[in-house]
Parts: sequence; C-alpha cells; structure tokens
Amino acid sequence: MSPSMDLVEITCEGISVDEVVARLSTPSIGAVTTFVGVVRGTTDGCEVQYLEYEAYVDMAEETLRQIGEEIRTRWQAIEQVAIIHRVGRLTVGEISVVIALSAAHRASTFDALRYAIDRLKEIVPIWKKEIRTDGSEWRSDHT
Amino acid sequence: MNSDAPPIRLRVKFFAAPREALGKNEIEIQLPPGSTVEDMMKHLTETYPVLRTYTRFVSVAVNRTYVSMDTELHEGDEVACLPPVGGG
Repeated sequence: MSPSMDLVEITCEGISVDEVVARLSTPSIGAVTTFVGVVRGTTDGCEVQYLEYEAYVDMAEETLRQIGEEIRTRWQAIEQVAIIHRVGRLTVGEISVVIALSAAHRASTFDALRYAIDRLKEIVPIWKKEIRTDGSEWRSDHT
Repeated sequence: MNSDAPPIRLRVKFFAAPREALGKNEIEIQLPPGSTVEDMMKHLTETYPVLRTYTRFVSVAVNRTYVSMDTELHEGDEVACLPPVGGG
C-alpha cells in the first residue's frame, strides 16, 4: 500500500470539480490548482457525437498513484494530489478528468499540474473511442 | 525450456481496438514454462490472426506493470495487451 494520501479514482459517475477541491482543503494550504478536461465537440473539423472511455481500472489507479508519487518527489511543496478520471459514455461538454494539486503557495503547482496531465496521457491505461457523424475511431496521441 | 514440465496458465486481458477485434475482454492461455512476453505475442497472433494488426503497437503489462518483451511469464500472471493509451 502506498503511504501517500493521494486521491485517485476511475469512476463511471459525473465529476464535480467543487467536490474534488473541497476534499483537498486543509488549514495549511493556500492554493489549489486544477485542470479540467472536457469533451470537445469537433475533431479535425468533424462533429463529435460522444466519446466512449474505457480503462484497465486496477492498473489505471495504480499508475495514477505512481504519478502522484512522482509529483511529490519532484515538487516537495505539493501537499496533495487528486486525479479523478471518468469512463463510459461522455457527451460533448462533460468533464472527463479533473486533476487538482494543493500547496501552501501557488508557485510549484502550475508546473506540477502540467506534468500530471502530460504523464496521464502518456502512461495511464485509459482509451477513448470517438463517435462522429462520419464514423468512429479509437484515439491516441501516440499512434 | 523443459518440455516435461507442465505448461503455465495465464489470463490475458484486451482493451479498446484489439478487444473489439477479438470479441473478448479476456482469454486464458497455456504456454511452455520459461516463455517470455515475446513468445506469448507469437502464440497469440498464431492463434488469433485478427490480432496481427495490433501487436506492433501494443505495450504489455504483467500484474499491472509495464514490462519489456523479454520478460519471463509465470503461472497465474495477469497479462494485459495495451494499445496506445488515450486518456484525458
């Protein structure tokens, strides 16, 4: 078991940014920086109807925890890491992922946040199928 | 490899495009003891030719950790074929 207090989760439910931020609130923090990923309505000029996300849940949660530990090692000012990713069918405008980092001061949170989303897209076993008006396709930045 | 030793049994999980092509989330396979991930991929593409399109791109995880192709497999391992990820 990881000794860290990171909050990571793969969920089928809608994600509330307020709820995630509230869970990081402690008297010692002065900043919570968030990234919110949202389903975009167009890709390469084509209209997207919805996205179908799937995950290798156990491994995804383990790799999210690993990202939390990497962040803590690189940016020791970060107090808590929360990464929640939704799976299942998501329509345009819905939230697919929320990443929130807390610290006493804001300085390190921005670089750490960028690292978190880049790393998520690189190693976490989650896939998305894009259903467009002209067909469907599994999408990745790595093909 | 010792041909007298019993085969090892593994569960192999599939996701996204290769899962759809195969029509299954998970299969159980048997391999000679001492087999590596590379041996397993060869076995899979011979048994399920439909997977050939994808094997060039997949990463493999054993017990939920990314591994290299020369990793040796063991009885009861949870193996997963992971196409390029697309979270976020």
